[in-house]
Amino acid sequence: MQTPATSPWKQAIQTGLIAGAIAVLLSLVGMVASFSGRFIVSGVFTMGQVIFLAPILLMSYSVIRRTSPQSPRTVLLTGLLTGVVGGAVLAALVLIGKNINLQAMFVNSSPKLHRILTFDQELVPGLLVLLVLSMVMGALASGIFLLPRRYATAINQALVWVILIGLLRDLILTVTVRWGPLAGLIKLLFAVSGLKPVSAVLLFILIAGLHYWRSGKLAVKQTRVQPKQRPLVRWLTWAGVALLLILLPPILGIFFSDILDTVMMYILMGIGLNIVVGFAGLLDLGYVAFFAIGAYTMGVLTSPELAANPMTYWQALPFAMIACVLAGLILGLPVLKMRGDYLAIVTLGFGEIVRLLALSDWLRPWFGGSQGIQLIAQPKIGGLLLNTQQELYYLFLVGVGIVAFIAWRLRDSRMGRTWMALREDEDVAIAMGINHVATKLMAFATGALFSGIAGTIFAAKLQSVYPHSMQFLVSINVLCLIIIGGMGSIPGVFVGSLALMGSPELLREFAEYRYLVYGILLVVMMLTRPEGLWPDARRRLELHEEELAAKAGDSATESAK
Amino acid sequence: MLRTWRQRITATDIVVWVIGLAIAVMVVYGSAKTLALGKYDAATWLDLTITGLALGGVYALIALGYTLVYGILRMINFAHSEVFMSGPYTATFMAYALISLGWWNKYPVLSLLIVMLVAAVVSSSIAVLLERIAYRPLRTAPRLVPLITAIGASFFLQYTFRGLYGSGLKGYPEMDIFKGFLMIAGIRVFKTQATAIIGAIVLMLILYAIVQKTKIGKAMRSVSEDKEVAALMGIDVDKTIATTFALGGAAAGLAGILYLLLFPVAHFYMGFFPGLKAFTAAVLGGIGNVPGAFLGAMLLGLLESVGPSLFLDGLGIPAAYQLKDAIAFTILVFILIFRPSGILGERLTQAKA
Repeated sequence: MQTPATSPWKQAIQTGLIAGAIAVLLSLVGMVASFSGRFIVSGVFTMGQVIFLAPILLMSYSVIRRTSPQSPRTVLLTGLLTGVVGGAVLAALVLIGKNINLQAMFVNSSPKLHRILTFDQELVPGLLVLLVLSMVMGALASGIFLLPRRYATAINQALVWVILIGLLRDLILTVTVRWGPLAGLIKLLFAVSGLKPVSAVLLFILIAGLHYWRSGKLAVKQTRVQPKQRPLVRWLTWAGVALLLILLPPILGIFFSDILDTVMMYILMGIGLNIVVGFAGLLDLGYVAFFAIGAYTMGVLTSPELAANPMTYWQALPFAMIACVLAGLILGLPVLKMRGDYLAIVTLGFGEIVRLLALSDWLRPWFGGSQGIQLIAQPKIGGLLLNTQQELYYLFLVGVGIVAFIAWRLRDSRMGRTWMALREDEDVAIAMGINHVATKLMAFATGALFSGIAGTIFAAKLQSVYPHSMQFLVSINVLCLIIIGGMGSIPGVFVGSLALMGSPELLREFAEYRYLVYGILLVVMMLTRPEGLWPDARRRLELHEEELAAKAGDSATESAK
Repeated sequence: MLRTWRQRITATDIVVWVIGLAIAVMVVYGSAKTLALGKYDAATWLDLTITGLALGGVYALIALGYTLVYGILRMINFAHSEVFMSGPYTATFMAYALISLGWWNKYPVLSLLIVMLVAAVVSSSIAVLLERIAYRPLRTAPRLVPLITAIGASFFLQYTFRGLYGSGLKGYPEMDIFKGFLMIAGIRVFKTQATAIIGAIVLMLILYAIVQKTKIGKAMRSVSEDKEVAALMGIDVDKTIATTFALGGAAAGLAGILYLLLFPVAHFYMGFFPGLKAFTAAVLGGIGNVPGAFLGAMLLGLLESVGPSLFLDGLGIPAAYQLKDAIAFTILVFILIFRPSGILGERLTQAKA
């Protein structure tokens, strides 16, 4: 970013070294080895190989873009040079690891890793294969860069989709198993692990072709849809989405419904935190506290272990909600004057205090200490007890529906606008006559309420709560998903939750590295795309204010200030 | 200014003050009762005090990193606790390497110096890399952005260490020279604790001298005063900020070694609580203020070690030591509410707070 403009060769070597270092780190952390069992294209390449080759591809692309414009020959050579340097760093790791026993220190510098990096060959031919493949990655990067944009995006899309389909083999097969004749056809695509080579090639061509064809159509289509038709189209889409959401559990089966429950729970919490962080700009790191308070209130009131006359789920729900709102206000009051970093730390401390109190022997008679609370009531509707994952999904769905609707209406309400005003500039907002006390407290209370509702369903789902479920990491999960999805964006919460909470459940190997990946995602996201994957329109404008102003010309910049 | 004091007090202030008063009464009542009951003898209190001071020393060294960075960038380096964690990890592996060479107990001073040097270099290079990759590009971004980056970096570092070195606990081998205890004026002090206290004080003095007396320290102070003016005066701002991170990182790494003397286990999650408490200490003493960090850390160490027995035992709370972390966080919350500038800090203006 700030490297001075030097010759492309020097930059290529530098970037190659960085790419190699990233690949080495990913190998030593163990990601390469643990993903090496998962084929994407059966017998051809595994996810492990993707993990150490992808950095080289991406970094080659970035160095080519940074040094452009250059002649095609230079571009190709830059790509090749970056690739070979990156590959050489990896090769050095293998050579060092083979001769010195690094395993005493780095647990993953194992013979298995070396076998993977040398593609199961002897040392010298294996390293040659590694170097050649790295160069191929560099060449691929320059190829993508040199091709016209339309071809390049088609190839990119096809690559990503083929990898995704290969990875999600199990999910796809489980979902489609009841689709009759289609199921047999889809099953033909896959091998025992990953795609069959033939089907991978076919899929690649199909997706790339489709994308190419669509990108040609898209330009024409955009002019043709009349504004009048838009509401109808939108309502139809919404109806379709709603129908799909209702039909999901029977389609997916019990195992995937359980994953879906987790995703929905995090959506519920995400929408709440999105109000606090995304709308009002108050970074709350102790969000799990409200989740805990919701779950524990439910436990204390409905479990025969602790309550003299246990309530039902529905009787206890209002109390849990009140408790959460009160907790939100109690946290909100003292932190009214704090901003940014201090607020983050204090809320973090608050979350930890709640957990430590729940864990302590002192409050054991009330909250069960480290043993937690068991036998929590499950919700009943009519005579139907909601106790399977699939039935509870509907409870989550209703909760998410209501909460999302409230959040959506709040965003465009007067309150929502005051939140955003506070987020942008607190002093100016107060000077404009906004009551910052009421506004902030409202944000905390609403956020707390939504999180508490998630907590009550969580308690009912497991029929038990433990202090160990109330880790700081839960707050981080929620924070990550709203940031990845896009701060202040409600669809972003859905996208973020599906991506971040769904993927570790679907790919068991990934679960081990989820926080590592979340950490990388947070940093990379903030550096390159702070508005998130599905950004809120206004938020995007705010974050790219300077660029837009620069585009509008110097005079506009001056008048804006 | 024109309004009378009656109008300036809001309902929130009253609520906050009532809560504060309630806690103060509880603390006084609890302490009085504990002392009246006479459950612990003088020797126990003394032991707790020394433990507290030793802990405080470690916190002081970590807090230095928070304070220096805050002073210069006005941001909390959330990943500093992981910079601290890298120190003990490195030290543990160096210790095993030295044991296998047979140097560990044969040349204890030399081994210790090597371990300290390597740990300090590793943690300060992590701090510098952190600044270069995660913070420098975002220096002009909205405040929330670098904070989130810092949280991300913190998790990245934690789980990188977990991945690199495995998720288990790593025991730190104790040196023979640190075994046993000393008798100082009739008081029994563990050698490890004595080393931690003395080491922390010496290191703090050295670091303080660097900040106050050397040229680079002067540059750091001027950059923290005003970046633009400092740049105009010919100070390389980027380099100065990097140096600040390096200095804070080295202090945290060395703090890690002292921490290992007190709790001889390295673990990837070990940075979280000490980091948070050191931050509390920095705030308690007045963030941005080096002597303040030391004072705050010592006070916090004492409160944390003496507090549960003193305040909470008298209230009839069982297993009060379980709540020592809760005490630290409560202190943090109340300091930030009642005196966000800390003990030694000047009143922060709205823009800084």
